[in-house]
Amino acid sequence: MQRYSLLSLVRNGLAYHQGWQQAWRSPNPRSEYDAVIVGGGGHGLATAYYLAKEHGLRNIAVLEKGWIGGGNTGRNTTIVRSNYLWDEAAHLYESAVKLWEGLSQELNFNVMYSPSGAFNLRHTLQDMRDIERRVNANRLNGIDGEVVTRAQLARMIPALDLDPSARYPVLGASLQRRGGTARHDAVAWGYARGADARGVDIIQQCEVTGIARENGAVTGVQTSRGFIRAKKVGIVAAGNTSVLAAMAELRLPLQSHPLQALVSEPLKPVIDCVVMSNAVHGYVSQSDKGELVIGAGVDGYLGYGQRGSFHVIEHCLSAIVELFPVFSRVRMLRQWGGIVDVSPDACPIISKTPLKGLYINCGWGTGGFKATPGSGWVFAHTMARDEPHALNAPFSLERFSTGRLIDEHGAAAVAH
Amino acid sequence: MLLIECPYCGPRAEIEFSCGGEAHIQRPPEPDALSDAQWADYLFMRKNARGRSFEQWVHTHGCRRWFNVERDTVSYRIAAVYKIGEVRP
Repeated sequence: MQRYSLLSLVRNGLAYHQGWQQAWRSPNPRSEYDAVIVGGGGHGLATAYYLAKEHGLRNIAVLEKGWIGGGNTGRNTTIVRSNYLWDEAAHLYESAVKLWEGLSQELNFNVMYSPSGAFNLRHTLQDMRDIERRVNANRLNGIDGEVVTRAQLARMIPALDLDPSARYPVLGASLQRRGGTARHDAVAWGYARGADARGVDIIQQCEVTGIARENGAVTGVQTSRGFIRAKKVGIVAAGNTSVLAAMAELRLPLQSHPLQALVSEPLKPVIDCVVMSNAVHGYVSQSDKGELVIGAGVDGYLGYGQRGSFHVIEHCLSAIVELFPVFSRVRMLRQWGGIVDVSPDACPIISKTPLKGLYINCGWGTGGFKATPGSGWVFAHTMARDEPHALNAPFSLERFSTGRLIDEHGAAAVAH
Repeated sequence: MLLIECPYCGPRAEIEFSCGGEAHIQRPPEPDALSDAQWADYLFMRKNARGRSFEQWVHTHGCRRWFNVERDTVSYRIAAVYKIGEVRP
């Protein structure tokens, strides 16, 4: 791998930028791999990267039906935080934030992780109780968190309407200072480049059409580019997980919904943090280019169309404009939808399955981007050792039979 | 926005309705006879079909009656609307 540095920039600049290598190869699929990852988004690429780096596997393929990072990795609102209520979820997401903090150096690729602070606004007495409970739970778990008052908010987010007679009066907020944003495309590209350098074959435009099984074990996958034998297959396909699982006659507790986001025309800096509100179903930050990045809730019914209902955006934007009246004349540039796989407890399923050699990493629902590095880390461990890491053991598929659900609807911060 | 034909009120806009999830899931007649895995299957496991899907909807801001819809989850086209208890198309 050609390392990126100031020196390499100068050297290639003097050579008219003709000497840069491709960041990753586009190989043809081999007939057999030790491990196949289905889904070339951030989570899948991170899984392949850590399988190669931490577990020494060399013969790995990532199969992507479109192009890498073209699914939910490129469709989210890039928010990173770990202020989840329950111990299991808090530890999992915090492990991801710890990896975010060193990720640009680790990958030699600037993922632009920017810990600008993530605020969750509170509008009612019950919101205040919930937020104080969550902040206290976070601090007991060693995760930074604080409760901020309206007076502090007035200094920190001047554009926010704090008038007590506002439509959604703001009483205060929780703040995680290590929360913030990262560049979503760079995460996919950085992991792809790092995985490729360790010998992982990243195969784009290769759709999995069947999962071959024999005596209760996986033997390979049928794809649009031929049959590929594999001892281990990991499904990391977000909204399409149920479709893939059905190929192995596996039923999952998932429902796929479009989740929408939109960006505005670029503005001068107006908001230097992430602001979310559970109560009004909207969240907003400003990208480095100056666009407001706004996220809405999910559609109320199943959908695989990668677009969403207009009334969901209308509902979200009416709330955002009430909170930030200064945004009322901002024009929106683009709107899109990603298909999120929502689980009954708003927590992921990172698990072995009843089929030997088949592993699933799904159910991230509306909040998977923030967990990308941690998700890859624990899923690589699960696939390599054939047993879960301590961090993802509670997130097994069996929890729906045992009843040990981890209810994180409150911390997920998006309307389901 | 979807235009949904309520079997009782006629065509109305999507915002008048709520989706109640997968249709034709029967509550097991003898829950006590089931294993935990079978009960989990009834409670949580869903087809989550890509394509042809059968759903329950309720006309929340109208007649407040439940009915079934056959809908394509990719094109979002509604193929059929039928009352609860009627045979699925």
